[in-house]
Order: sequence, then C-alpha cells, then structure tokens
Amino acid sequence: MFDAVKHLFGVKTFAHGIHPPDSKNASKELAIHQFPFAELLVVPFSQHIGKPAIPIVGEGAEVARGQMIAKPDGFMSVAIHAPATGLIRSISLTPAINGKMTPGFFIEPYTGSTQEVMEGPPVMADTASSEEILSAIQNAGIVGLGGAGFPTHAKLKVPEGKTVDALIINGAECEPYLTTDHRVMLEHADDVMKGIPYLLRATGAKTVVIAVESNKPDAAEALRKVLPADLPITVEVLPVKYPQGAEKMLVSALLGREIPSGGLPLDVGVICTNVGTTAEIGHLLPRGMGLYERVITVGGPAVKKKGNYRIPIGTPLRYILETVGTEDDITTVVMGGPMMGAAASSLDISITKGSTGVIAFTHRETGRVNEIAEYPCIKCGACVDACPIFLNPSQLGILASKEQYETMVDDFHLRDCFECGCCTFVCPSHIPLVQKFRVAKAASRKAQAKATAEAAK
Amino acid sequence: MTRLAKTLTIRSSPHIRATSGVDSIMFNVVLAMLPVCFYAVYIFGMAAALVLVTSVVTCVLTEHFLCRLNGKATTIGDWSVVITGVLYGLTLPPTLPLWMVVAGGVIAVGVGKYLFGGLGYNTFNVALVGRAILQAAFPAAMTTWPDAPVNRFGSLPSSTLALPLTKPVYDGVSSATPLADWKFNQVATETGDLFMGTITGSTGETCALLILIGGIYLVARRMMNWRIPVVILATVAVFTGILHLVDPERYASPTFMLFSGGLMLGAVFMASDMVGSPITHTGTVIYAILIGLLVVLIRVWGGMPEGVMYAILIGNAATPQIDSWIQPKVYGTSMRRAAS
Repeated sequence: MFDAVKHLFGVKTFAHGIHPPDSKNASKELAIHQFPFAELLVVPFSQHIGKPAIPIVGEGAEVARGQMIAKPDGFMSVAIHAPATGLIRSISLTPAINGKMTPGFFIEPYTGSTQEVMEGPPVMADTASSEEILSAIQNAGIVGLGGAGFPTHAKLKVPEGKTVDALIINGAECEPYLTTDHRVMLEHADDVMKGIPYLLRATGAKTVVIAVESNKPDAAEALRKVLPADLPITVEVLPVKYPQGAEKMLVSALLGREIPSGGLPLDVGVICTNVGTTAEIGHLLPRGMGLYERVITVGGPAVKKKGNYRIPIGTPLRYILETVGTEDDITTVVMGGPMMGAAASSLDISITKGSTGVIAFTHRETGRVNEIAEYPCIKCGACVDACPIFLNPSQLGILASKEQYETMVDDFHLRDCFECGCCTFVCPSHIPLVQKFRVAKAASRKAQAKATAEAAK
Repeated sequence: MTRLAKTLTIRSSPHIRATSGVDSIMFNVVLAMLPVCFYAVYIFGMAAALVLVTSVVTCVLTEHFLCRLNGKATTIGDWSVVITGVLYGLTLPPTLPLWMVVAGGVIAVGVGKYLFGGLGYNTFNVALVGRAILQAAFPAAMTTWPDAPVNRFGSLPSSTLALPLTKPVYDGVSSATPLADWKFNQVATETGDLFMGTITGSTGETCALLILIGGIYLVARRMMNWRIPVVILATVAVFTGILHLVDPERYASPTFMLFSGGLMLGAVFMASDMVGSPITHTGTVIYAILIGLLVVLIRVWGGMPEGVMYAILIGNAATPQIDSWIQPKVYGTSMRRAAS
C-alpha cells in the first residue's frame, strides 16, 4: 500500500520486499586489490548454465594466462580461459558448490612467470555487427557475473519477433555484505560506459538505465561523471530494498512494467545485464581477451582482512580464506550473498565466474540461525507482506508440511517463487519457508518428469 | 597463514534472519497490556488484582500440564498463554468468584486452544472462549458489576471468595455499566469518564486511554496490524454516527459507543490477534468491518447491552472463509490471464 503511494510521488521502487541490515560498511570503502595466485587453480568446464565447455588443451600442456583452454559446446555454452600462465597438471573431478563432482582443469601457475595476459584481435562496438559482438562475448567466456551464471550472449540475443527498447544495467547489489558491483562502478565506471555500446549494438535497445541503490551514492556519482553525451544513458538511484536486484523487481521499479508469470524481461521489451558483466565486456572485447579473473567481496564476521579482490577464476576457497585470515570458530562459508548464496560443503570448491562473494560466518551468527526454536505459524502475515511476487508463503508452508506439492504448484503459484528468501528472513516463528519450497519444487519437478515418462510409454 | 581444517555447517539460504521472534512479539503484547492491568487494580482494588492473577496462573498452569500430560515439551515459554490469561482476566467482572475464573480459564486454554492444536491452530480467540463459556454458565455473576467500593484495597467483595458451586452473595446494590444504563435506562455517561475509565464494567474495559497507548506501542514496534483496530473503530463510529444523526434520542452518540464497554479492549487487543484474523491486508479490512457492524447490530438491536465478544468470535469464525476468498494477486499473473 505504501509502495503504491511512493510510486505516486515518483519514488522508484517495487512492492513488498525487506530491509535486512546491509552490512556493507566493512568493505565498501576498500579499493579492489589483485589477489595472489594459489599453488593450484581448479577451473571447472562448467561455470555457466547450459552445456559444459569442451577442453581444447590436454594434461601436461603449458598455457598462457588468458588463453582459451575450452571452447563453447553449442549456443548455450561459453569458452573457458586459463587464469594463470602455468601447467595443466591434470584434468579430473572437483567438487562444485551444488554438491556434485564436476570435471575441471588443475592448473599449476609458474611462480617465475610475469603472468602477462594474452590479447587477441579486438572487437570494436562501432564496427562489429550484432552477430560478431555476440560471438565475441561467447568466446570471451562472459556469463552473468551477478551470480546467475547465464551465458551473456544468449541473454542478449533477441529472438525473432521480439523487440527490446530498454536496457537495464543492474548495479542494485541488494544482497547484504557484497560490495563488488559497488567498487566496479566506482573504479571502473569507464569500462561500464565502454561496455554499453556493445549491448546497444547487439540488442537494438533505444535507452539504457543504470540502476544503483541509494546506499551507493558515490557509485552513482562516478557513473554520472563519465556519462557519454552521445548515448541515451541515465543513472537512476533507487531506495535500498531487497531483492531489488532481481530482474522482475528491477523492471517493475524502474519502468513500472510487470513481467508475465513464467516470462522474461524480454516479454516486456527489456534486457537486464549486471553492471560487472557490462564492465567486463567493455574491458575485454576491445582487447580481444577472455574472462580469467573477477572481482569478489571477501567478507563476513569471520574474515579478518575483508576486502574486494580481483581473484583468478579457479582459486580454491581454502586458499582465499587462508590468505585473508579467519576467526577460529568459522562455521559457514557462503558463496554469494547471505540471502541467496549457497553454503560451501568443502573448502576445496573453487570460485567460478558466477561467484560474487565469499562470506564467512562464525558460530555467533550461524548458531543463532541454526539452533533457533521453531514455533507454529501464527498467521501474522509478515511473509505475505514481504514476498515480492505476492505469493502466500504462510499457506504454501502449511501445504508443504502436508506434502501437498501439486496444490502448491497449481493453486498457489509455487513456480513463480524465485527463492529470494524474504519469507524465511522475516518469519517470527522461524519456519524455514523458502527451504520447504525448494524441496517442494524439486519433488513436483520429479513427479512431473515421471508423469511425462509414463505418458511417453 | 593459518591452516584451515574445519567442519563446515551447510544450510540452505538465507543465512541471516530478522531478530524478532514469536516469543518477543508475545512478550511485548503482555507489556502493552500491563498499564491497563495496573489501572484496573487501582480502580477496582484487590478483587481485580486477584481475578487477574488467578486467570493468568490458571491459564499458564493449564497449558503447562496439558503439554506434560501429552508428553510434549511445555509451550508456556512462547508467552502466548500469558496474553490469554491477562486478556481473559481483563474481560471478567472484578467481583467474579475466583473459582469461576479458574473454571473458565481451564476451559479456555484446554478447549479453546489445546484441543485445536495449540498456538497458531486455534480458530477462536482463546480468552473470549473462556468468557463466552462463563457468560453461558453464570449469566448473573457475569453481569454483576461493583459499585465504587468503600475500602477497595483493604477488603474483598464477599463474592470473590465464594465457595465453588455456591451462589455468590454480593455486597450492596450492583450498578449498571454505561452500556446497560443506556440500553435499559436511556442514561448516557460522560465521554470524559469513559475515556479515563472512572466507570464500572469489566476489569479491563474501563480506561480507553491506556488501551490506546498499549495499541500504539505495539503498532510502533510493528507487532500489530493497525488496520484491524482502526477499521473496527471507524466502522462503529460511522455506523453509530449515521444512526445518531437520524434519531439522537434513540441512538447513542458515536463517542459514547466508541469508548464504552469492551470495544476498545476488543478492537485493540483481541480482534488484532494474528492467529484469528485474516492474513492479507484486504482480508483484515473485511474482517474488521464485519466485527464493527456486528458490534453495533448487537448493541443497538440485540437483547444484550454489549456485543463485542460475539462480534469478535463471529469474525474469528469467518476468517478461514475470508482467507480462502482473498489471496494476494500474484506478480505477473494478470497479464497472462489477459493474453490467454
């Protein structure tokens, strides 16, 4: 209700959502630093949604930093580049954040090497065609750096019959603790501006909006300072609210357009790209380089030397945490932000292109969450007021405990839940709502797959 | 460089939580009601204090022993049963024999809450279930109100310690509540007296001012849905205002209606109970309008002078139906419907 009033007064925001403590003060002032090389870098073939890349170098091969070592396997796939000059020790299985074992390169960086980066033929925004740009982005191995890991060229490819009028550059960074996009906007505003012409050329969009939350006024200022006069770009400052960085919320907040259930921003003529991704495009394409490192916030209460680091892809969590130093009672390491990030099951997992942060907690914080008493639902409606998709998490939670998954999907729109975690965050009864919904979604998908298989027989 | 060899706790996100829990919400509701309790004791003396203490102790012990009897961990730590005890005590006449307080309290928590499945599952407001049972079982005792007692802190009304199952004996003449005075004698009480609570009535339904302060405290701490009390009071004000304009002789003024009887206590502390009210904002507004209309209907055309209790219980009964009608409109669904 108040959100509607705010909109009347021109405040751009979306309805519902939550205000978790942003916890960004510890790292937002710290400039991006280059992180050292680990003794062994582990680079999985699959760091994106879609088909894993196909390795083009074998065990024992010497590779140069930035050299392509795996090529895309079809359209829904991107290339992989060597994060360091060194030796491919082996190609074998490595643990991934989703708990599975996945094949990857084990690369031993040469300690004596200057680690110069290999450049290739440049692709320029003003001369290249739309197809050339998309294929350059694919071969540069660029995926959504905001955490999704969706191949960027696939996202920018406007299908037949659709048009895009607006491009949103997502610098909301609404997840607590994370300050990577913040630092990139501050320190590499020029790269963001260099990246935008590629996106405009590839999509045919008419206008560009860069969205920044109001807790990063310096970033908005830095971007405005370098706005090119000849491009239709505006910088919008949005009030701080989680999950503003979600595409649906961002499109609603900025343009007042509602993306249809099950649809994409494309359905309302919009494409959203993370600001870090845009900056990488602006940095890599003119140099003909591939993505071999990324900016990551290493923080959280358990981390001693918090900061924003440019870390080689494939650096294991153990090396990162040992380098920055941690408290003794470290209990949980989250890859990404604390609202939607995944807890690592092993410190042998390495960071990938989609890693936005490495946030470590001690027992003081996680103990409170893990050992807290659960009460019955008191129908307070806090989750209903929080859900940005306007679901009824209370009702869904009750149905989930009765395992009525079909009703959840058919009558209560479970599929529209994008697992932002607002409901679990606010629930005073400490019911793990979004966690129950994940279980329910998996079970309903399984049941549906089984039904389809039966029907096919 | 430290060597890390640790076991990691893995858990599905989110990894952070808001700080307030059910227990802290419930505890704050109890806090918000304390001024009302103290004022009731100031007005009615020792008898009111005994009613309140007895009702709280009875409700808490009933829940504790029912949990133990069923081999479950006790749930009194969530403070919800303390709210029930306080509210239940506040709805009773201060001269009510204590054994009736105990009987009603056991039934309220045992039947009204525990049989339904405990916190979160009770359809009806637990305190009002206790009061409704007493009203049906002991109509005379439940509608006998004390005249201003002479020595309210030094002595007890003879009815308070009446033996179980005996007919209580009352000292002196009982007086009528403002609502009964209006209904049966057409005598209106000064609004100022109503607001400050220098009147007779149930233990906690006297001082509107303190009830409002408690409510504002809870709303400010985001522990109460302000729409419920506001809409109930507004509905009553508008409905009785229209009636009063039509015939001021026959129908009491809206201010009198707002500040008399149990309306303030009911609207602020009982109707707003999260468990018994709808979950959506639209739903709570419908629920609150329903309660407001019923209060006026019962007060003006019903056989009883007061109708807040039944209005809220009927509102509670309507809640599941309201919730099944009113669901939030899911983001992105209207366009798909338009397209298909």
